[in-house]
Amino acid sequence: MISISPTYLMYYVPLIISISLVFGATRHEDTQTILKHAFYTARWITGFMAIIFVILLLINWMV
Amino acid sequence: MASSANVIQVDTERIDLKNRSLAAFLAWLVPGAGHFYQGRHTKGSLYLVCILTTWMLGFALGGGHVVYASWQPGDRRWHYILQAGVGAAALPALIQGNRMRKMTDKGVTSRSYEPLWGGFMAPPHRPVIEDRTDEVSAWYATYGAGYEMGTWYTMIAGLLNILVIYDAYAGPLAVPISGRKKKDDEDGDCERQPDSEQPDAGGSASVIPQESSAPTTEAKA
Repeated sequence: MISISPTYLMYYVPLIISISLVFGATRHEDTQTILKHAFYTARWITGFMAIIFVILLLINWMV
Repeated sequence: MASSANVIQVDTERIDLKNRSLAAFLAWLVPGAGHFYQGRHTKGSLYLVCILTTWMLGFALGGGHVVYASWQPGDRRWHYILQAGVGAAALPALIQGNRMRKMTDKGVTSRSYEPLWGGFMAPPHRPVIEDRTDEVSAWYATYGAGYEMGTWYTMIAGLLNILVIYDAYAGPLAVPISGRKKKDDEDGDCERQPDSEQPDAGGSASVIPQESSAPTTEAKA
């Protein structure tokens, strides 16, 4: 179903942690608020990518 | 004494940005250094760890060959412009690139060329031609997806540091207007309130007047 090894998806983990924390920290000063913002950012990006992933899988299945 | 223009309030915390330009330069040179200079140690540590870890991870994934400076036909390494966002960590590539440039004649590297530091951040031997076997294609063959991912990791680290430089210069970025609007609607009040009254909508900085710490005035939208 997926043409690459699922382990390639692990490249995503350090990136999402880093990007979310830096995004959160560039918008707040309080540590708790930074972590909260980082969590929401990570959730949003993951959700968005999951939707794109499913759409691509469906297209692949249909074609 | 701190200049009033450099003291802001974010998330109910007062921040003295000190010399903004120096802080921004330090932030570029070493991620987080500008924040350490301003006394914002928690954020400085966070930036240092997150950005340099991402950068070094990418560097390792690409076998140490993903960061180099080259602007030759067939090998215009535009990625370096973004990778250089992390400052000092990417500067050896400029020295290596300049050395290679001096040892390249009519697009071919001289046989006597020896890169410094065992080839650390050195550009590939020239010529580099897209559809032929050369040093770049050998790196792709050796490191596979790691070479691509390493390039992306290092570029993203450089881009993230641009946000950090801004944070050191002007304080935290404002939250998106859509987020404010949603919160305002929930409160039943579409008119925007000062940030000091909305700690959860935080992120936008307010300048503290020198004479008195309250009330605050909006500095940024």
